[in-house]
Amino acid sequence: MHCLLKLVAPILVLALGASAMAQGPKYGRGKAPTAEEIRAADISIGPAGKELPSGSGTAKQGADIYTEKCVSCHGVNGEGNKVIGAPRLLGGTGANVGNYWPFATTIYDWINRAMPFDKPGSLTPNEVYSLTAFLLYRSNIIQESTVIDARSLPKIEMPNRNGFIPLPWPVYPYARPRPFGLYP
Amino acid sequence: MNPKESARRRFLKNGAALAGLAAGAMRSARGKALEVPYEGLDKIDQPYGGRSRFDRIARMVEKEYGAGRSASLVTPIQHLRGIITPGPLHYVQNHGYFPPDIDPDKHRLMIHGLVDRPLIFTLDDLGYLPSVSRIHFLECGGNSNPKTKHTAKTVQETHGRTSCSEWTGVLMSTLLEEVGVQKAASWIVVESADRVYTKSIPLAKALDDVLLAYGQNGEPVRPENGYPLRMVVPGWEGMANVKYVTRIKLVDGPYMDRWETTVQPSPRPDGKSRWFQFEQGPISVVTRPSGGHQLTGPGFYEITGLAWSGAGAIRRVEVSTDGGRNYKDAQLQEPVLRKAHTRWRFNWKWDGEEAVLQSRCTDETGTVQPTVEEVAKVWNVSLEYLRTKDKGEDMSAKHFNAIWPWKVTRDGSIHNALLT
Repeated sequence: MHCLLKLVAPILVLALGASAMAQGPKYGRGKAPTAEEIRAADISIGPAGKELPSGSGTAKQGADIYTEKCVSCHGVNGEGNKVIGAPRLLGGTGANVGNYWPFATTIYDWINRAMPFDKPGSLTPNEVYSLTAFLLYRSNIIQESTVIDARSLPKIEMPNRNGFIPLPWPVYPYARPRPFGLYP
Repeated sequence: MNPKESARRRFLKNGAALAGLAAGAMRSARGKALEVPYEGLDKIDQPYGGRSRFDRIARMVEKEYGAGRSASLVTPIQHLRGIITPGPLHYVQNHGYFPPDIDPDKHRLMIHGLVDRPLIFTLDDLGYLPSVSRIHFLECGGNSNPKTKHTAKTVQETHGRTSCSEWTGVLMSTLLEEVGVQKAASWIVVESADRVYTKSIPLAKALDDVLLAYGQNGEPVRPENGYPLRMVVPGWEGMANVKYVTRIKLVDGPYMDRWETTVQPSPRPDGKSRWFQFEQGPISVVTRPSGGHQLTGPGFYEITGLAWSGAGAIRRVEVSTDGGRNYKDAQLQEPVLRKAHTRWRFNWKWDGEEAVLQSRCTDETGTVQPTVEEVAKVWNVSLEYLRTKDKGEDMSAKHFNAIWPWKVTRDGSIHNALLT
């Protein structure tokens, strides 16, 4: 009897432990980040714009910043530069920011995380809002005087918003039959 | 005399002493002693092994872009024999930025957003969590694009944007359990350490079979493939498999980043674009003999190739040597794994006449690889459309998985025959 208890006791402990662990971390590795660490790392801006910072800008302000920090790669008229791999931003016959990008929040996210090419992450929120406003204005989507900020940016309706095949919710597992594994 | 040369000469002088030791390696098939040992044999203590100087199998630099910051490197699948792609031959398709030079001791993975307990992991933390090893292919969504590849010469160019590795790491589900996913979460946003590349992945997929890999074929993941930590999303197009993963945010929908909304969608002729095309369809291809190979005369040839599907395991591969009029079953080489390359073989006796070699696969869902005509029908486009280059980046024919024919001419030379 004594021997049996010796065998069973650890199993009981394990079983109890397992049920308790369903609530908390199982392995306990890793450390909790501080709120500041999360804030500094979290540069993702979703389409609802929840993470957009305070600050604002207009196309007029954006034009000056564009001339100072963007024009050397993207050109005076946003035509881009194939030699150095800078894409077209405005005009042309193909896709550009104004006629193809479905969400205005994406413009903020991309400029903020990736531009200028040689100094990504160096722009202030006001500068990013201003450059976003500049591109939207030059694409005939907003007025020159429109103030772009955390409230106004997610509400902008981009011309190509409905230019995509609706997502088959849920995407996974794929709900719609795909003939031959192709996307129709 | 440079030191390397002197070492080699010394080696040759002492060759007699070594001959007994390495007789097999030192003699060719005809029994004639090789004049020079393979490169590196004069440094028998190489810390990281080299290969025979006669082995010239290499990736091809297909195109450079982003002002030389990026390149398309394609895998020489016509020369690979099993299902595993060696790390140095893995295809690379990056996005306009050099691979970041990451000190693994300083690398961190943060998981936050709609979770109960945000956490930061070091690689040491991850290395002691329960791990898995899984063999999976990675394939670029633009592999075998007919618009650019119907005139390509070799299978390396047509289908070389696929590779298959044993990936070792931690299941995403393990990490997500650790942080406690909240009910409102439905997608994850995964960010690369270069901070410019991100990708939204549905939570259901993340919990199913996604892993964060630190190992590739038994060694650390190669820098070009995502050192020190890459996400492997089994069966999904290469672009979903974020390299240099540093942050995972649990969110309530796709985050519509620049890549997934403006770079990766494929425009249709009607002006609409397909986006969030994730799973790779069933596909197979003859890799040997294939374009650029030369048959030496009528007689026996083993035809071999690969088959794979993002939906699961390959059930069947059939081979035709007459351009699709007749098909016969190929033999599948074990192991046949889900969402992995499957090697297949087919015995063939060439009679010296014109022949067209091609393969067709069926996956575990019963989905059959289409003909190019069937693809055109599903996409509602003409064959001419599939033959014509796009104005921009040739994104309109992504996820093309059609049967690919190779024409054997009477002189034994082999040529790409798609859309001919």
